[in-house]
Amino acid sequence: MTTTMSGRVLMEGSEALARAAIVSGCRFFAGYPMTPFTEVLEHMARLLPEVGGVCINAESELEAVGMAWGALSTGARAATGSTGQGLSLMQESFSEITLAELPLVIFNMARGQQDYFQATRGGGHGDYRHIVLAPQDVREGVEHVQLAFHLADKWRNPVLVYGDYLLAHTQEALCIEPMEFPALPAKDWAVDGSASGSGMSKNVTPLGVAKHGQEAFGQEGKFQYIATKTPLMEREVRVESGYLDDAETVVVAFGSPAKFVKYAIKQLRAEGHRIGYVRPITLWPFPFDTVRDAASTARVVGSFELAAGQMVDDVRIAVAGQAPVEFIGGVSTDHSGFGVGRLLEVGEIRTRLLALHEGRPQPQIPGYEKFTYQLQEHQETPA
Amino acid sequence: MTTLDTSTAPANARKIEQLKPDLLLTQEHHMCPGCGEPLAVRQFLETIQDLGVVQQAVAVAGIGCYTSFSGSMDVDLVQALHGRAPSVATGVKRMLPDALVFTLQGDGDMVNEGLQEVIHTAARGENVTCILLNNGVFGETGGHMTATTVVGQRTKNTLDGRDAAYHGFPILIGDLIAQLEGAAYVARGSVHNAGAVARTKKMFTRAFQSQLRHEGFSFVEVLTMCPTGWFIPTAEGPSYMNETLGEVHIMGELKVDGRVKTTEELHAENVARQHEVEAKLAAGGLDDHEGR
Repeated sequence: MTTTMSGRVLMEGSEALARAAIVSGCRFFAGYPMTPFTEVLEHMARLLPEVGGVCINAESELEAVGMAWGALSTGARAATGSTGQGLSLMQESFSEITLAELPLVIFNMARGQQDYFQATRGGGHGDYRHIVLAPQDVREGVEHVQLAFHLADKWRNPVLVYGDYLLAHTQEALCIEPMEFPALPAKDWAVDGSASGSGMSKNVTPLGVAKHGQEAFGQEGKFQYIATKTPLMEREVRVESGYLDDAETVVVAFGSPAKFVKYAIKQLRAEGHRIGYVRPITLWPFPFDTVRDAASTARVVGSFELAAGQMVDDVRIAVAGQAPVEFIGGVSTDHSGFGVGRLLEVGEIRTRLLALHEGRPQPQIPGYEKFTYQLQEHQETPA
Repeated sequence: MTTLDTSTAPANARKIEQLKPDLLLTQEHHMCPGCGEPLAVRQFLETIQDLGVVQQAVAVAGIGCYTSFSGSMDVDLVQALHGRAPSVATGVKRMLPDALVFTLQGDGDMVNEGLQEVIHTAARGENVTCILLNNGVFGETGGHMTATTVVGQRTKNTLDGRDAAYHGFPILIGDLIAQLEGAAYVARGSVHNAGAVARTKKMFTRAFQSQLRHEGFSFVEVLTMCPTGWFIPTAEGPSYMNETLGEVHIMGELKVDGRVKTTEELHAENVARQHEVEAKLAAGGLDDHEGR
């Protein structure tokens, strides 16, 4: 670590996120190593004991989320995380933790942007939503982690921070200071054993049951209760946009790639191309209104994501037929599936933005020709 | 012929509701006739009270028939997923090191779905107590084979009995856990007769005391009757249990003070106790504390 004259410290993203969690009051973390999440776990393991907290190297992702569940039940601020793959293993718990109304914070140091559906739709069962924050860089990530702990407590609902390889491993000069948030209600639902034997003992449960004699939702009532809370959380929508006033072409992008898209658009604007952007900061709730309004005066709307096309579905819902919607991103990782890949390059992005703007087809991703599925004769529809 | 005077209750008579453990909010439950689980629940609830640690007690419940007690036990409780109670208990205990934290799980929950959870929690020497109610079937789904179902036992999906060649062998979870260095106290009790119930209560006492002394992981397995899931007449539950599960999952204290007992040692202890009890019965009977 190098401290600058202004008091800022050059710090890797993973450490910055871990330190942001700790200044937010996080005192419990459990995780299982997996690239590129591993360093978040390493820093938590090193830093949490220094403040009297606990970090457990869990035996699996299933146990990591279970441990966080237990710590949250005592009223502690707690978190877990992984990559999208590891989060797949945690989905059953995510569903039920949401029903139990526990304020879990989840770090998804994703291997790319192919976990958009997982993050915003949930891979788990049942009706639930998680607030999903997608920082564009480490600086914003530090804010988002603190916001995540606040929003999780505010709504008693899990909040997911959607990062990536770049966020986890980039070093930025930072000053991590606690942010101010409005006061939150006391966690009078938390267990510590002190209510045992009082006749009013507590039951932290996703099942909608209560202790005998206490008012209970029942399972149906619990589902209904969560279903009516979820739309209220939509007011937490956060979005950034730029150059929309006279934009003929609007591009939607999130996370680290959005920062590259913004840079390319700045260049193209300087050259006179009327292109604007919308950057969803919350992936759920999605900024439908901003995208809808931008589309109302646009000629075409593009969705740039490092995936086969997931967020584009939300863009289509928002645009609602006002303009054509094109997917202009693509699968983009390194050869091992870890990094953010060949499309995270301003030149490539610029080419794709211009193709969209000028009504040309999107170019083939260089080197991907050999990976392209070829329609077989027996698969062709008879005339 | 003497006439029994029923106009007033005898001096030592107690109403049924007075027999309810104080830590049970109601006697209502959803268990089948002949179920062994309420007997086991009573023993650990009374133990918590006897030890004077009620206001430190936090339960973590798994998913099974016994889950219905989560609403009637007057104990702060966290409801976990099927199989996941040991990791949830770990999180609770790490944040509340002075609490008495225990899980309540069945064999389907602990030994099928969540086997790695209980093994790793024991191996870490996590200072919690895991309680297993082992009846060798999924009672809640209607009597299906679990990982502890003994060879030959009939279940709804082993209609001709568990065939080792086809369905594999049962896991003796207590024996497995006893081998782990992090496990401080491991015992397997039962509720098929009064003596077994009394011994099981002692096991709960020792397990909780071990946790309160921060000795590491403690484990109490209780063999329980499930006549509904076993498809036998209710009254035959205790003897069926003793002759099937009881012959394979050998009862006794499997690990005390770091020493692991072999199946042969436990069996020899049980046979010796049986002979002792039979001899005393033949000689005129047992006193109040006999067999405990």
